[in-house]
Amino acid sequence: MEKVKKTPLYDVHVNMGGRMVSFAGWLMPVQYSGIIEEHNCVRKSAGIFDLSHMGEIFVSGVKSVEYLQKLITNDIEKLADGRALYTVMCLESGGIVDDLLVYRIKKDEYMLVVNALNTAKVFAWMRKNLVSGVEIANKSEGTALIAIQGPLSKTIVLSLDFKNPVSIKYFEFMSNNINGIDCILARTGYTGEDGFEIFLPSDYAAVLWDSIFAEAKDTGLMPVGLGARDTLRMEMGYSLYGNDITEETTPLEAGLSWVIDFNKEFIGKEALLKQKEHGLKRKLIGFMMLDRGIPRSHYEIFSSGEKVGEVTSGTMSSTLKKAIGMGYVPVELAKPGTRIDISIRKAMVEARVVKKPFYIPEKRKN
Amino acid sequence: MSIPKDFKYTFSHEWIKIEDDKALIGVTDYAQDKLGDVVFVELPKVGTEIEAGHEAVVIESVKTAADVYTPLSGKITKVNTLLDKDPSFINSGPYGKGWIFEIEIRDKRELEKLIDAQVYENKISED
Repeated sequence: MEKVKKTPLYDVHVNMGGRMVSFAGWLMPVQYSGIIEEHNCVRKSAGIFDLSHMGEIFVSGVKSVEYLQKLITNDIEKLADGRALYTVMCLESGGIVDDLLVYRIKKDEYMLVVNALNTAKVFAWMRKNLVSGVEIANKSEGTALIAIQGPLSKTIVLSLDFKNPVSIKYFEFMSNNINGIDCILARTGYTGEDGFEIFLPSDYAAVLWDSIFAEAKDTGLMPVGLGARDTLRMEMGYSLYGNDITEETTPLEAGLSWVIDFNKEFIGKEALLKQKEHGLKRKLIGFMMLDRGIPRSHYEIFSSGEKVGEVTSGTMSSTLKKAIGMGYVPVELAKPGTRIDISIRKAMVEARVVKKPFYIPEKRKN
Repeated sequence: MSIPKDFKYTFSHEWIKIEDDKALIGVTDYAQDKLGDVVFVELPKVGTEIEAGHEAVVIESVKTAADVYTPLSGKITKVNTLLDKDPSFINSGPYGKGWIFEIEIRDKRELEKLIDAQVYENKISED
């Protein structure tokens, strides 16, 4: 086992009362004041996250577009400079290697932001499929990522001293400079709220974190750990790699067909086309508990007394005050309104299939 | 971490407050801190007979579900129904408003297995 890594903000977290846990090979704060308080803070005002564990892989060279088109399922030809795109990368089997964001910096230059858990695996996969005319660089170690998410995130970001005026919309990004630090500022996130992500050299992460707090002191900005990051994404029905999507699940089963472009060639296309033609056997659903009890990953899902699947993610939604979960069930049970039961310890607890997202943030301004 | 001196404890982080032939049971400050925000407590039924060492209660936090074992055998005489309305009392007052159930002690010899505050403190400082 490799030594657990620390992000450049490790000491900052400890000083702020962060409870550090090992996650995907990194020591990360799971919470500071408490998951519920941090969760609600992101929904009501804003929260700041250290996501420096995530992987940043840069792709450049004249064959970049061709190369990436083959690797990912979505169509990057529709990306303009300064725009980002959500996609997955598949194996030949159609199983998911990772889900990621692709940022088009300029023609023939891209940044891929991948899950911490998968950074090494994805980079190896990319190297295995490398073609001449393309260069790839894993810059995860030297790159820090700080996210500010929540309805007040725009106010906070605009109060920072950026060199170039900030005028990016959802899923856009720009190169910028803050107090002399070069960075990439993106309007992306994993919470469902308006939000920004700032990529910068690791050495400056602590300085930026502190100056954001100094600027944002009247906004109620709180540091948010991985615990609330997980409950926030669950309310949105976003998949988490390793739980809801894996190499054993396909994007079709996971409800991610919107990130697949069948009009181009990519690894896994054949398998996915076949699966589409034959019809899906199972689908990732969202469900809400009708009775008390909280679904957790690996709890069994039943229908009419028979085991039909497993929970992949679950929690108590603090916004909805209801227990929610996700899991794979046979397609015939995937329709909203369908009754299922979750085996919670010794009891069968009734649940209903519902549409995702579980929660829609009030307004996301541009 | 608060550990009241006049309570008894278990190595599985329950506290026991003994009043004559009854005992009030809850989880320690250390336990609630490890669990994080409690969102649901599955209380036992009043009148149930339970055996020492068996699971009596389930506490669900945002992060995880944890069993609470009864360190004593006997009949459950009271449960803290306040926890149905506000399970976070486990976090805010583990030794007070967050008490979980009361049991009628069947066999006083079981009390000998309980540990005192000092032993418990030593135990959690090792963790």
